[in-house]
Amino acid sequence: MTKNKSPDASIKAPTGIAMTLYTVKKSLLTPTPYLMFFGVALWLFTYWALCEGWKLPRFNKLPGPVEVLSEWMSRDPDWGISMFSEDYHNHIIVSCKRIAISFSIATGIGVPLGLFMGWSKKFRDYSFPILETLRPIPILAWVPLAILMFSGLETPVIFLATLASLFVTTLNTLLGVDSIDESYFRAAKCLGAKSSDLFRHVVIPGSLPFVFTGLQISVGVAWFSLVAAEMVSGEFGLGYMIVDSYMNITYVSMVIGMLTLGFAGWVTSAMVRWAGNRMMQWRVRALALEGR
Amino acid sequence: MHWKEDKLVDKIGKKGAISIRNVTKIYDPEGVNVMAVDDCSLEIAGGEVCMIVGPSGCGKTTLLNAIAGFHSITTGEIYLDGELLCGPSKPIAEQGADRIVVFQHGALFPWKTLIENVAYGPIVQRNLTKSEALDKAGQMLSEAGISDTIHKYPGEVSSGVARRAEIVRALINDPKVLLLDEPYRAMDALTKSIMHESLLEVYDKTRVTIFFITHDLEEAIFLGDRVVVMTTRPAKTKVILDVKIPRPRDYQVLSSEQFRLLVTEVKGAVHEEAIKAFEAGERELA
Repeated sequence: MTKNKSPDASIKAPTGIAMTLYTVKKSLLTPTPYLMFFGVALWLFTYWALCEGWKLPRFNKLPGPVEVLSEWMSRDPDWGISMFSEDYHNHIIVSCKRIAISFSIATGIGVPLGLFMGWSKKFRDYSFPILETLRPIPILAWVPLAILMFSGLETPVIFLATLASLFVTTLNTLLGVDSIDESYFRAAKCLGAKSSDLFRHVVIPGSLPFVFTGLQISVGVAWFSLVAAEMVSGEFGLGYMIVDSYMNITYVSMVIGMLTLGFAGWVTSAMVRWAGNRMMQWRVRALALEGR
Repeated sequence: MHWKEDKLVDKIGKKGAISIRNVTKIYDPEGVNVMAVDDCSLEIAGGEVCMIVGPSGCGKTTLLNAIAGFHSITTGEIYLDGELLCGPSKPIAEQGADRIVVFQHGALFPWKTLIENVAYGPIVQRNLTKSEALDKAGQMLSEAGISDTIHKYPGEVSSGVARRAEIVRALINDPKVLLLDEPYRAMDALTKSIMHESLLEVYDKTRVTIFFITHDLEEAIFLGDRVVVMTTRPAKTKVILDVKIPRPRDYQVLSSEQFRLLVTEVKGAVHEEAIKAFEAGERELA
């Protein structure tokens, strides 16, 4: 594939920092950032009002936002976990590593598996029933089997975090292949493409939009299976931190763990979205022209 | 025997003769047999522009699919330059770059730029190296009047430019036959007229055999050497009209007396079939 040269040399699109500044400036003129801010503020206020403002029954036992935030920011946290504690950093780093490994394994197996299932009717007939039977089983149910199957502490954790995302990625990739318009296959064959060419030039690029939708979901799924997975680990990891705080009745640390996990999940799906847009310029540009 | 015919064809320089002999196609979608094409025979000379006109869903596309090798035929034979494409021994023709289809809704690969789309055929057939193919593609696109947008993706250009690029993508392979399936159906009248002129220009340069499906009678007469009016399903040839308007043709032709006479001559036949199709009210087949 050739690199895209700008066809009209006199008009140069801004690049690098200038481009980033331009996008930031432009986005500040849209309602998006303000709506996001307002949404978060509204949610925080409700949370505060329920737990700390009005102290409604049941809610008054929950750690409120002021309590959580002050603990989070504290250099000397009451329950041992804050932005400045080494343990907290370790939990984050360990979990991110596990997600990176699990997500890579799930993608490395799931995408090719889905492509082949979509590509070969025979292969799909073999494998589809197994996939569909294993897919609905909750990760929590796999915990004992994972411990039996794998030795050590790390491998069962990775296995559990991989499993759910693997199914999501495979199924979405399979649907992606199904979604490709028949006329692209016909056109490619008319132009002299052989079976292997069709796979490389039609099946793979044609299914990419679905693949990346699947990967965004799958990275999220990896995070939320982490709590179940890290129950096994016995030390470190955000999921472990949440379970551990629950066991020790340190609910403030638990909420800090939950919010951190949520935020990390958001960041990773944004990264996947970014990678997808990089790889599918054709789609980004066509959608942009439609005003999306 | 075949190679002799081939030699002959090469000598005259008119490749791409299609011979459709007694072709019947029966679909069986839900256990009920539907006859799409009934004992249809048609001889198309090499280098001819043959326009197929008929009501929606009459089985025109079935014929095209049979020639292109997308679908099987039930009985009959189709030959290309004396060689059997499909017949009783092989109901489905092999797909190949000697017959290239331009699709109704367009099938440029949205993930390739225009120039990459055009260069795809020679690259995938390994006829040219990548850079040679890209050079040739760029050159052919600019001959077709596309130069500013060659590095854009199909989703970024107008339907007119996309369709023209799709025809270039076919022609770069030097096909014997160009199969067009209502390529200008969704276009407005102005774009359509530009498309017509550019197709005529391309034809005058290449003299490739064109099998063109449409239900626009004026389009058919303006572009074609012959206009074949099909009956409503099951499709048979109803009227064959020779268009003896000299080439090269331009838009002046549309207001000529000769053109109007030709339109009047077959309008009745087309209208009759359209009414039959409408009354049958069935859904189009693939």
